[in-house]
Amino acid sequence: MDNVLFGVMPYILLMTAIVGAIWRYRSNKYTWSSQSSQFLENKTLFFGSFPWHYGIIVVLLGHIIGFFIPKSILLWNAVPLRLYILELTALAFGLLALFGLLALIYRRLTNSRVKAVTSGWDVLVLIILLIQVLTGVGNAVLYRWGSNWYAASAVPWMWSVIKLQPDVSYVAGLPLITKAHIFNALIFFALIPFSRLAHFVVINPYKYLVRPYQVVRWYRRGGPTVNVVQYK
Amino acid sequence: MDLRAQLSMSFHMDKCIGCHTCSVSCKNVWTSRRGAEYMWWNNVETKPGAGYPLTWEDQERYRGGWEVSGGNLRLKLLKGPGKIRTLANIFFQPNLPTIDDYYEPFTYDYQHLFNAPAGDDQPVARPKSLITGDFMEKIIMGPNWDDDMGGSPLYAANDPNLKGLSESQKEMLTKFHKLFFFYLPRICNHCLNPACVASCPSGAIYKRGEDGIVLIDQDTCRAWRFCVSACPYKKPYYNWANGKSEKCIFCYPRTETGQPNACAHACTGRIRFVGVLFYDADRIEDVAKTPDERLVDAMRDIILDPNDPRVIEEARKQGIDDNWLVAAQNSPAYNLFKKWRIALPNHPEFRTVPMNFYIPPLSPVLHSAKADNGGLFDSESVEFFNSIDKMRVPVRYLANLLSAGNEQLVIESLKKQMAVRLWVRQQRVGDVGDSAAKAALSSVGLTPEEAFEIYKLVSLATFQERFVIPETHREAQTTVDPRTMYEKRGTVGFGNKRQELVSRQW
Repeated sequence: MDNVLFGVMPYILLMTAIVGAIWRYRSNKYTWSSQSSQFLENKTLFFGSFPWHYGIIVVLLGHIIGFFIPKSILLWNAVPLRLYILELTALAFGLLALFGLLALIYRRLTNSRVKAVTSGWDVLVLIILLIQVLTGVGNAVLYRWGSNWYAASAVPWMWSVIKLQPDVSYVAGLPLITKAHIFNALIFFALIPFSRLAHFVVINPYKYLVRPYQVVRWYRRGGPTVNVVQYK
Repeated sequence: MDLRAQLSMSFHMDKCIGCHTCSVSCKNVWTSRRGAEYMWWNNVETKPGAGYPLTWEDQERYRGGWEVSGGNLRLKLLKGPGKIRTLANIFFQPNLPTIDDYYEPFTYDYQHLFNAPAGDDQPVARPKSLITGDFMEKIIMGPNWDDDMGGSPLYAANDPNLKGLSESQKEMLTKFHKLFFFYLPRICNHCLNPACVASCPSGAIYKRGEDGIVLIDQDTCRAWRFCVSACPYKKPYYNWANGKSEKCIFCYPRTETGQPNACAHACTGRIRFVGVLFYDADRIEDVAKTPDERLVDAMRDIILDPNDPRVIEEARKQGIDDNWLVAAQNSPAYNLFKKWRIALPNHPEFRTVPMNFYIPPLSPVLHSAKADNGGLFDSESVEFFNSIDKMRVPVRYLANLLSAGNEQLVIESLKKQMAVRLWVRQQRVGDVGDSAAKAALSSVGLTPEEAFEIYKLVSLATFQERFVIPETHREAQTTVDPRTMYEKRGTVGFGNKRQELVSRQW
């Protein structure tokens, strides 16, 4: 079972994400974003969107940093006080994200205008995210010092997957809730190109910081091939 | 000098009768789609009035446009230090108007009129929301909710342009014998310093170099909605069904082929003029930084004289086609805004350097002074037309609306219009007196020839004189990719996100 879930499925789901992303970007670039519903409802959204995004970004950054420098994390955690600080910060932001997510779910369920622009994918995304955050916070509360064994067992497993030599033994002994967290994360990746999660990999806003305020496009100077506006 | 061409529309407000034909033709062509029902790329507002969306001119609330801070120009939206603030607000925008600031689009349950079972009462068609499909309790807002000053104490009283008016002047809102209003037709201003472009994190909005039309690239738009907040005129609209912003496209498929915009073409009052302006793009930033009282003059300064040989040479160097040059030389926009100085931009103090111009209204030109004459028109009066300071609409109000508070510019325009009227009246009817008419003209610095030109353009002009729109050469035209035409059908080229949402009928 573990071999299938953590040895085979990662490849299937990650390939789905990569192939799906290429397919959607090439065939339907128009929809590559997350449809905002702030225009229809903006009061509950404030209590959902802000805590959710800032909470999850910090937690996600923690995961990414741990993924790249697991040894430094272990070194940092060697001093108990530093370990407490790291764990508490992570838990606080996890709870912030959970609060925001619950507000967002409540909003989707109760506001009729928001319901009118809700698709099946949106519901699926919310379910996946809720599982992910609940198992994540559950991990942090039930099994202490997750940052330590994340760096010691989950990260080596991830690297083994990436190196195409999946070593399931790293994760085989983890508690059920942690396994659910890991597997759900894989599903999350697979969903990215097909749902509103696509905005997660929208990278153009960074350009905003470096470009001048004004944007001018010239058709005359672009030559004959640029004249056709590629609406697709 | 960086010479560029700009298509510009001018409006003769005196002739606007508020019939909304422009709005309807625009709606029929571009925005009768799901998600766009509430959008009026062209709308006509009653002024004084709260406008659409409600109180759009109140930038304390919406934070649209630019402000000068420490000698630098920055988006009012940003408040904090630089662009990073924009990105920090990317998940929730505090200044975004919501659908309730516009109105909830609705239809009526017409089928009920046919299908209702027999009963004692007449069946009625109840209003239904076009967003949710639910019945609405009652309709509480529409695109012209305060049209013709309906509910003025509730709506028009909030008009930000009333700032600086005396209490007795404000009585034009409430006292019937002082009542005055006029219409403000609005489309996107296709600004030289557009705040929507500057605020777009995706870089999806751009100004076309060839004709200055500001467009949103639908494929690059990521629904961050900053354009909606940043535009002080609230002319980009968020398509809530597709999750994309859309805005007035100046009917570029029409103007590229030399036809006037749908709104301008349909105008029954013939109040609209479309023409080409040449401007110096190097000086846009300086103009946008100019203090309020000199702002309009600075805008006039960067508009270049298309008959100046140096400008012509520069235009040729920039690759501007000859038909564009000729159009610029016959441009009504140039004449109205720069040469005769009778047209003014709408809210230049937002510092986006807007490129639509308005001839301020003079009417009711005859009557106010005769109120003490029992309300009758005194045909024997020497002072045939009313004087400017007795006008019902306070100059202060027009100055707040059209010249960043500079009353002199409004008075100059009104006096010129008045002088032209007097002079033409003398030519046609002859009861003003030759010397009086000539004196009126010279007091505003107009020659009889110029007065005749103004008279001709604003009252007699033909279709070709009102719309001097050069065709874009075929090789520079933007055509829609024929490969996507099939799937973009029914969406006027904007595309749709999900077929089931677009085709859903209530």
